[in-house]
Amino acid sequence: MKKVENKLQQAGLWIRFVGWLERRAATVFLLPSVLVILAFVLFPLVGSLYSSLARLRFSEGGLELTFVGLANYRKLLLGSEQGHFLGQPGAGLWALVVMGLLALVLGVVMYHRWRAGRSVWIWLGQPLLGGLLLLAFTWLFLSRLWPGTRMGTLQTTLFYVMAGTALQYLLGLGLALLCAERLPGTRFFRVLFILPLAITPIGVAYMFRMLTDTGKGPLVPLWEAMGLSGFSWVNDPWGARLAVLIGDVWQWTPFAFIVLLAALQSVPQEQVEAAAVDGASRWQVFRHIIFPYLLPASATLVLIRLIEGFKIVDLPNILTNGGPGTATESITLHAYFAWRTLDIGTAAALGFLLMLLVSLITSLYAAWILPRARGQV
Amino acid sequence: MRRGRSPLAPSLWQVGLTYLALGLASVFVLFPLYWLLITSFKLPVDVNSGPVYLPWVDFKPSLHAWEYVLGTLGSDVRRAYVNTAVVALCSALMALFLGTNAAYALTRFQYHPRVGAIVLFVACLALVVGLVASGMPWQPAVGLGLVGLILGLQTLGRRFKKHLGNEEIALWLISNRILPPVVVVIPIYLLFQQLGLLDTRTALIISYTVINLPIAVWLMRDYFQNIPHDIEECAQIDGASRYRIFWTIVLPLAAPGLVATFLLLLVFAWNEYLLALFLSKANSQTMPLMVAAMSGTRGTEWWYMSVIIMLMILPVVILAFVLERYIERGLIVGAVKG
Repeated sequence: MKKVENKLQQAGLWIRFVGWLERRAATVFLLPSVLVILAFVLFPLVGSLYSSLARLRFSEGGLELTFVGLANYRKLLLGSEQGHFLGQPGAGLWALVVMGLLALVLGVVMYHRWRAGRSVWIWLGQPLLGGLLLLAFTWLFLSRLWPGTRMGTLQTTLFYVMAGTALQYLLGLGLALLCAERLPGTRFFRVLFILPLAITPIGVAYMFRMLTDTGKGPLVPLWEAMGLSGFSWVNDPWGARLAVLIGDVWQWTPFAFIVLLAALQSVPQEQVEAAAVDGASRWQVFRHIIFPYLLPASATLVLIRLIEGFKIVDLPNILTNGGPGTATESITLHAYFAWRTLDIGTAAALGFLLMLLVSLITSLYAAWILPRARGQV
Repeated sequence: MRRGRSPLAPSLWQVGLTYLALGLASVFVLFPLYWLLITSFKLPVDVNSGPVYLPWVDFKPSLHAWEYVLGTLGSDVRRAYVNTAVVALCSALMALFLGTNAAYALTRFQYHPRVGAIVLFVACLALVVGLVASGMPWQPAVGLGLVGLILGLQTLGRRFKKHLGNEEIALWLISNRILPPVVVVIPIYLLFQQLGLLDTRTALIISYTVINLPIAVWLMRDYFQNIPHDIEECAQIDGASRYRIFWTIVLPLAAPGLVATFLLLLVFAWNEYLLALFLSKANSQTMPLMVAAMSGTRGTEWWYMSVIIMLMILPVVILAFVLERYIERGLIVGAVKG
């Protein structure tokens, strides 16, 4: 009798536990991830924030961090490191023209929103805030493009990220679409196009150093045939940047490829066939049926590549060592060089400036592009 | 006219163009790899004398680099290989498991994290940091912070009704990847030193899981979003629990996405360099460190480096071949119909 009661009680407990689990499902699914990230991210974040406000000094008995306030940031934005980080501007008429055009577009957007009777934040606040940022970035970038001016690590990084992400996405999309065709042999290509991801970034960097070698690289005969043998293109700022960009695209296009290939599988085939029966062209099928299914994954993919791209370091470090001069140096590489000379404060400050920049760009992206791509607007 | 053929079947010249484009892309992908492969069979003199392209025609291939790496360096390479495999597999599986759960949660439930609670959390964190910076040992400081947080949540936190949504949680997750690793390696090093985990695989597994988790969440979220909710609702009406629905219905449907994400996570962990450089010495050394070690005091030894990179690619190629078939179409359509 007692035994049965015990069993019943246990069963009751079990049922109550299952019921509790079912009610708390939302928490059970999400909480572990949040806790894991909180546990291992908070401490490094706080630690490096503190070191960005400090300077490492040699003292009796070793090294010592002394608090110096915002001195590291001041040095980068206004002081001795300004040219290195932000570049040296030249007066550019056409930069002003481009900015004027941008301002005009902004004005039109604001006018339309105002006419549509949107709230003050929507018609005035949002475009003004985003627009001013956009103008500031345009200026920072365009005013450093002429001869006689110099790009800082900020502009170089922006160039890698923007050009790299765009190229990787377009190439990855094209290859994914081609491989999704049911042609014989596409299995082989699918595996082949994933390969570059399998090489450690540092290995890719060394590999491209072999390939771009101007004395014994495999492309030397090609340069000679093009009459470029005397021209050492890794010593030209844009040539060197291009080399880094090609390496980056070579390595990361597979990422776009594999994500989009998997996303293509969720496109309902019946819809595609039906549209084709109704006489839609291939472009129309892609634009109106396939592409909308790819949008959420595309938005995520671009976001991840934006965030990761800003951290580019191995490729310029090994391929060009940041040179010629500082032409190919990214922000992370700048931080790495500072850090190697034990200037930990400057390295951390650079890291936080980069974080600020990426957060800004991601929040603009999250506010304007993500909701549209994910079909929430 | 063309009866019996699908209207989408490509014409002959379209097939030709497709293969042409695929062929060009393959050359772009393969040429660097080919160069790597033949470099691994070259003698140092062949590498340094200028470009030679074809084995047996331009130069005489030699196995010296393979013999050195597999023979003389054999035990080091084997250990690094096992380390890399264990660390990459464990961390990819853990990140995939946690991330898939979180991604499912973010697409199927509505969360309302309150702004008040978050502000309170940050305030308590600042308090703890302040206390530690002013010389208090960290254990009581953290305890004090936790007590403050709980008390605050029970009292003050309830007053503020403003809350955020799922999008903000997802953004917060991905934002953890923004900080460049160069900047955080020293605190991470100190953290694992405190935990006594330096130079162990555990440290690498934990840190790779944490850094890859946001990517898993974001990618899986998109694949889950495209899976129709009707099936789950039917199952729920039939009395299946949330967990059963997740494991037996949703996960099989998301297989293409799961496989793609798993491959990516594995490859990221397989190739990670900077954290491994700091967190491991001899015992838990991984393959990327071996690659970098081939460029040392004697200049860059391209032939050995090529061998090691070739060894690193091999398992990923095999895995990609095995898993590729799961990135296939048609699962969802069948499930909805049935």
